[in-house]
Amino acid sequence: MAKRIEVSGLHAYYGGVHAIEDISMTVEPRSVTAFIGPSGCGKSTFLRTLNRMHEVIPGARVEGKVMLDDEDLYASSVDPVAVRRVVGMVFQRPNPFPTMSIYDNVAAGLKLNGVRKKSSLDEIVEESLQGANLWNEVKDRLAKPGAGLSGGQQQRLCIARAIAVQPQVLLMDEPCSALDPISTLAIEDLIAKLKSRYTIVIVTHNMQQAARVSDRTAFFNIGGTGEPGRLIEIDDTSKIFTNPEQKGTEDYITGRFG
Amino acid sequence: MSSDTGVETHVGARHRATGRRMSTGRAGDKIFVSAARGSGILVLVIMAAIAIFLIWKAVPALQRNEASFLTAEEWDPNALPPRFGIAQLAFGTVISSLLALVIATPVAIGIALFTCFYAPRRLSAPLSYVVDLLAAVPSIVYGLWGLLLLSRHMEGVSSFLNTALGWIPLFGGDSPGRNSIFTAAVVLAIMILPIISSISREVFVQVPRANVEAALAIGATRWETIRLAVLPYGRSGMIGASMLGLGRAMGETIAVAMVLTFVPGINIHILEDGGSTFAANIAKSFGEASVTGRGALIASGLVLFVITLLVNMAARAVVARRKEFV
Repeated sequence: MAKRIEVSGLHAYYGGVHAIEDISMTVEPRSVTAFIGPSGCGKSTFLRTLNRMHEVIPGARVEGKVMLDDEDLYASSVDPVAVRRVVGMVFQRPNPFPTMSIYDNVAAGLKLNGVRKKSSLDEIVEESLQGANLWNEVKDRLAKPGAGLSGGQQQRLCIARAIAVQPQVLLMDEPCSALDPISTLAIEDLIAKLKSRYTIVIVTHNMQQAARVSDRTAFFNIGGTGEPGRLIEIDDTSKIFTNPEQKGTEDYITGRFG
Repeated sequence: MSSDTGVETHVGARHRATGRRMSTGRAGDKIFVSAARGSGILVLVIMAAIAIFLIWKAVPALQRNEASFLTAEEWDPNALPPRFGIAQLAFGTVISSLLALVIATPVAIGIALFTCFYAPRRLSAPLSYVVDLLAAVPSIVYGLWGLLLLSRHMEGVSSFLNTALGWIPLFGGDSPGRNSIFTAAVVLAIMILPIISSISREVFVQVPRANVEAALAIGATRWETIRLAVLPYGRSGMIGASMLGLGRAMGETIAVAMVLTFVPGINIHILEDGGSTFAANIAKSFGEASVTGRGALIASGLVLFVITLLVNMAARAVVARRKEFV
């Protein structure tokens, strides 16, 4: 169910703008890796290169290698659509399909994968909603619009939608930044639970959150205005937050800048 | 649902309250408020004046009418006694417009989807421009084109449809021709294409990036993304666009008048020559009409107005039906 990600020499561009430069790292399966760093340092851009979502922006392109176990995601024979079915994503703002019911939101990806049988759909929808700690709150109103839920519930609905297709990897781009503390806690509990089954990468601006949920933490930064973002350091979370190798990392986590 | 309504009322009340408070009573505010209110009222006054004028002109002719206005197929308001009914006109108008809509909507939405999601950016802007330009072609030009060029080529198409789909009453008949309701519908379809296409395009452009990315992120292909995120979001916009197109098709006058050959009586076989519409009939007959004849034509115009109104109301009802999800 979970795969290792190995990135080597990865660059990403928006048109002529060099957004991230020469990133190499390994993300272990069944673990949570947090990306931290100041705004504009390329964390989200890098995250989006891991499921080939970066290139959907006009003019955007990627160089380098991303290996998912032994498959290169950027090999010319690889269909980006197939990549996204294996590497799921949860966005900063909850984005359930506004015209769909709760049930249909979760079932959307399954239907794309050709699951048509009502009984198996029912089963996976329930399983996914339970996996996202949302089932008890919505089981009596599955036919109601997903957009009618609270922000935290919507985000868990999006997680349910992402895990319904049984991805190998789950990418989360600041999944709690639009949520209140209680909903954030619910998502963090969920992440802890999901990591037994998935490889999870989470971008966060909240360093306490990174410390709470992640096993490993990667710190990104830019050299200066207009320069591409770089990976400064990646290590066990406890080490990053207590005894980082790099001065820049220490400055950032102790709040001396950023 | 009662709680939702409660919230809405509450919000509505607050809006009204702030609306009042926002008016500070300064001269500029007062002038603006009266100008805005005046414009709003003016529209209603003009509408009412038009309606009153039409009814005033129509009623005497209707009183003299010896036939049933709503069900008679003949149109002889200048005869003595005058006999006229709108059945044929209503049939021709509704059938030709609906057919035009059926032809135009898929093409128009296809164009809009292509320019928004498939065409390379260098191509999409000029393409949209050219499609919009179709709306700028005067309808008399469409009429000439339909009459002189298209109708000649429609003969083959009509014969083919007649042979292949003749078992459907609409496409039946023995003598498919050039100057048929079907040809008129094709001309109308081209005329309403740009309005449906450009409004659909506007709606598609507004689909939130988040919805599109949501679909992409669960592994949707481009078409699946359109189906999951774009079409549901644009649904009411597309319906609105089609209804505007339908309105335009029903009101279109000169192009239809030029294409159609007048043959009296309702003919369900739309591939055969003949048929007429409200607007085309008014354009063709108004010049030579007697006083009663004019009144009769005005009455038929009123009916067209009512049909258009009903179409719009139906469209609104369709749009509102799934409001909970929008």
